[in-house]
Amino acid sequence: MAGQLTLEVATPERLLLKEQVKGVTVPGLDGELGILPEHAPLLSELGCGPLSFELENGQKKYISICGGYVEVLPDHVRVLAAQAENASEIDAKRAEVALQRANERLLHPTADLDVARALNSLKRAQARLSVAKIAAGK
Amino acid sequence: MPSLIDIRRRIRSVKNTQQITKAMKMVATARLRRAQERVINARPYSRMAGEILRNVAAAAAGDERVGENPLLAVREEKRIQLILVTSDRGLAGGFNSNLIKAAQGFLAEHAGQQVEMELYGRKARDFFTRRAAKVSGEVTGISQAPTLADAKALADKMIERFKNEEVDAVYLLYNEFKSVLTQKVTLKKMLPMAVQAGGTPQRDYIFEQPPAEMLGRLLPNYILLQILEAFLESAAAEHAARMTAMDAASTNANDVINKLTLYMNRVRQATITREIIEVVSGASALE
Repeated sequence: MAGQLTLEVATPERLLLKEQVKGVTVPGLDGELGILPEHAPLLSELGCGPLSFELENGQKKYISICGGYVEVLPDHVRVLAAQAENASEIDAKRAEVALQRANERLLHPTADLDVARALNSLKRAQARLSVAKIAAGK
Repeated sequence: MPSLIDIRRRIRSVKNTQQITKAMKMVATARLRRAQERVINARPYSRMAGEILRNVAAAAAGDERVGENPLLAVREEKRIQLILVTSDRGLAGGFNSNLIKAAQGFLAEHAGQQVEMELYGRKARDFFTRRAAKVSGEVTGISQAPTLADAKALADKMIERFKNEEVDAVYLLYNEFKSVLTQKVTLKKMLPMAVQAGGTPQRDYIFEQPPAEMLGRLLPNYILLQILEAFLESAAAEHAARMTAMDAASTNANDVINKLTLYMNRVRQATITREIIEVVSGASALE
C-alpha cells in the first residue's frame, strides 16, 4: 500500500472536510481526474460535478462541487471549490427545479438571456442532482 | 442642594441605561463568537488560495501574456476608487470614527487626484453623502452578516470599473480584527494587483491548463477573496468593538450609581441631623 493521502475541501466560507483517503476523483475542467497517493504535483481548474473519495475503511463518499481549483501533492489533495456541498446538504427538489428552469431558459432563449450564466446553473444543478441520486441509491 | 427625590430619580435613570448597555454587551458577545467563527472558517481557503496564486504566478512568469492581463495594468493614478467598510449601527466605540478619520486623511492625501468612494455601511453613507464627496455607490444593511454574494457583487463591480479604465487604482479601507480588544484600521491596495513574479515555483507542477490562462482566472477570484475577508473581519471587529464599548459603559454606569448612592445617603443624613436639631432646639425653647 502506497503512502497516505489527505484530502482537504475548502470553500471561501468554510473548510468542508479534511480526511485521510485512499483515492479521490475530482471533476477537472477538462475531464475527470483520478488521484491516488504519490501522484505527481499537479494544478488544475475544476468544473462542476461530483467529487468522490474512498475512505481508509473502503467506504465511498460523494460531494458536489462547482468551480475552483485543485492542487495535488504526493501526500495531499487540496480542493478550493467555489461551491461545495455534502450529499446530505443537497436539496434535491430545489436542484430539480433549478435544472428545469435552466433547461427552459436555454431551450427558449429570450433576447437578454445570459447564456453563460444559464449554462452554469444547469451544470450546478446537474452536479447536485447526480450526487443526491448516488446518496439516495445507497 | 438637590432633593432626595431628584437623586433617586437620577439613580433610576442610570440603572435603566446600564441595563441597556449590559444587554447590548451580551448580544455583541454572542454575535462576536459567530462572526469570529466565520473569520476562522474562511482562513484555510484564503491561505491555500494564496499559495496556489503564488505558485501559478511563479510558473507563469516569463509568459508575455501575463503582462496583458488587464488586472495587472499599472496606470498613472488619476482616478482612485476607495472602498470604505463601516458598520450600520453605532455605539461601537471608535469603530466608525477611526475609519472615517482615516478616510478623510486618505482624501486629503490624494487631494490632487479624483477619489470616488464606494460606501459600505450606514455610518459611512451618512457621513460622506452629506459632505461633498464623490460617491460611486453605497450599500447598507449587510455589515453584521456579510455573505459571499455581497462580496461578489462588489468584486465584480470593481473589476469592471478597473477594466473599463473608469478608475486607475482601487483601495480598500476597513477595520481588521486583531483581537477582541483591538481593531486596526487597514488600507489595502487591491488593484492593480501586484503579483510577485520572478520567484521559482516551489514544486514542478503539472498544469492541466496553461499557467498564464489559469492566472487570468485566479486573479479575479483572489480579489473576491480579499473583499470577503475584509467584510468578515470588519463584522467581527464591529461586534468586538461594541462589546468592549458596552462593557466600559456598564462599568461606568456602576461607578456613577455608587457615587450617587453615597451622595444620596449623605443628603439623607444631613436632613435627619437638621431635623433633630430643629426638634431639640424647639424643645429647649419651650423650657
